[in-house]
Amino acid sequence: MKLTLRVWRQRNPDSPGAMATYEVDGISQDMSFLEMLDTLNEELILGGDEPVAFDHDCREGICGACSLVINGDAHGPERTTTCQLHMRSFQDGDTIDVEPWRAAAFPVVKDLVVDRSAFDRVIQSGGYITAPTGAAPEAHATAVPKPVADTAFEHAECIGCGACVAACPNGSAMLFTAAKVVHLNSLPQGAPERESRVLEMVGQMDAEGFGGCTNTGACATACPKGIPLFSIAKMNREFVRAARKRG
Amino acid sequence: MALDTRTDRRPSFAGVLWRSTVGKKTAMAVSGIVMLLYLVAHMLGNLKIFFGALDFNGYAAWLRTIGEPFLHHEWFLWIVRVVLVVAVVTHAVAAYQLSRRDTAARPTAYSHRRRRASYATRTMRWGGVILGLFIVWHILDLTTLTVNPRAESGHPYENAVASFSTWYSATLYLVAMLALGLHIRHGFWSAAQTLGANRPGLDRPLKGLANGLAALLTLGFIAVPVSVLTGVVS
Ligand code: HEM
Ligand code: SF4
Ligand code: FES
Repeated sequence: MKLTLRVWRQRNPDSPGAMATYEVDGISQDMSFLEMLDTLNEELILGGDEPVAFDHDCREGICGACSLVINGDAHGPERTTTCQLHMRSFQDGDTIDVEPWRAAAFPVVKDLVVDRSAFDRVIQSGGYITAPTGAAPEAHATAVPKPVADTAFEHAECIGCGACVAACPNGSAMLFTAAKVVHLNSLPQGAPERESRVLEMVGQMDAEGFGGCTNTGACATACPKGIPLFSIAKMNREFVRAARKRG
Repeated sequence: MALDTRTDRRPSFAGVLWRSTVGKKTAMAVSGIVMLLYLVAHMLGNLKIFFGALDFNGYAAWLRTIGEPFLHHEWFLWIVRVVLVVAVVTHAVAAYQLSRRDTAARPTAYSHRRRRASYATRTMRWGGVILGLFIVWHILDLTTLTVNPRAESGHPYENAVASFSTWYSATLYLVAMLALGLHIRHGFWSAAQTLGANRPGLDRPLKGLANGLAALLTLGFIAVPVSVLTGVVS
């Protein structure tokens, strides 16, 4: 395949960036999107140019490091991570726009790499349980009904990639925060911090400069792990309940 | 770090809500629902215009007597007005503050643009502004009668007919009611989501109810000016 790429290039956080156009040839349909970018980078390096910086780690859809807005869609046209997106989703001769996640809370570090440590601080504020550490507990000590375990697991699937923020017209982190709140607040192990968790995490989310939710639903459409929009409704309920108990 | 052994003041429920994006949206949802309930009653009342001037004016006079003798004359109406002013102000202030925050949170647009939201969702802000301006016009027109062409106190039937006989008033009213329909189409379902009432089996019924309410209110409200314009009511 032969492709035209329009890629966001930005030297550092303070310099202005711009879209740069590149041609790549010899792309196989079986390559992943990141392998296609690797091919471009090899050519750039051989030509003495600076390679395009982009985030990636596991390349198997589980770490949440990869992060590209491809033709206006976070993680591209398929419902998966950028590393699991393959070039068969594109046509020979296509022009593809590649941009970084756009949000005030995710400043661009370089080219397509953004700083997502705001997510880490949201997790640090309450995305944990205070169980005593030590030997593994007896598995049947705390019974968890199957539907509850399923709900918790569905929400534990969030990989913290930030596609929800990138897709949201308000740069809101509600889906990410809701995934963690619902995951832990559903389980007996999360019960001791049930109120403080949601209050602290929403507080930190606001403090990081993420926008509010307008129930647009772009987040859930973009999420590679299928975290549903209902999670946000559930977190809203948890928040008001916690505020009432605290206030 | 020294920890307080005792904190004297717990944050108030309202304070916790208003300081967070989630809570502010809750305030919008509650004030929105209050306005929505009022609008349903208002729309049904307006339809009495089809029974003639005597009926309609009598209904308007009766509204002032609700709650008597427990309440003084017109007190019920004033209570409703105060509740509505609080709801409109809360709704508009929260909308303004959240909208400012939302635009600041996404300072750079994508160069590859995508239309993701439905028309009703995208027009909530401007539609809201249209509704706010309309509310001011509407009160000046039919409550205080400041801009009404007839302005005869105690004769709402005649005043309404006189107002809708002018092209500008009828146009304003029709545009505002279309904006209202769109606002409720997204707003009602959105409020259910904000208040945490939405869940898997309820999504479709809630969206259906939102569309039904939007259509009912828009059609019910525009029936009056349309009837005046077509001469059914005169
Ligand atoms: C003063 C004029 C008004 C303004 C400026 C305004 C503005 C807004 C805005 C900006 C939103 C948020 C949209 C979003 O989240 O995408 C909203 C939501 C809403 N509005 Fe209004 N609006 C006004 C009047 C009304 C009226 C008259 C009603 C009564 C039916 C209403 C009912 C609602 C409801 C139910 C919501 C949803 C709240 C939620 O999502 O939790 N609004 N409004
Ligand atoms: S909710 Fe989905 S889109 Fe958002 S960070 Fe988690 S996995 Fe990524
Ligand atoms: S690189 Fe790990 S999820 Fe894509």
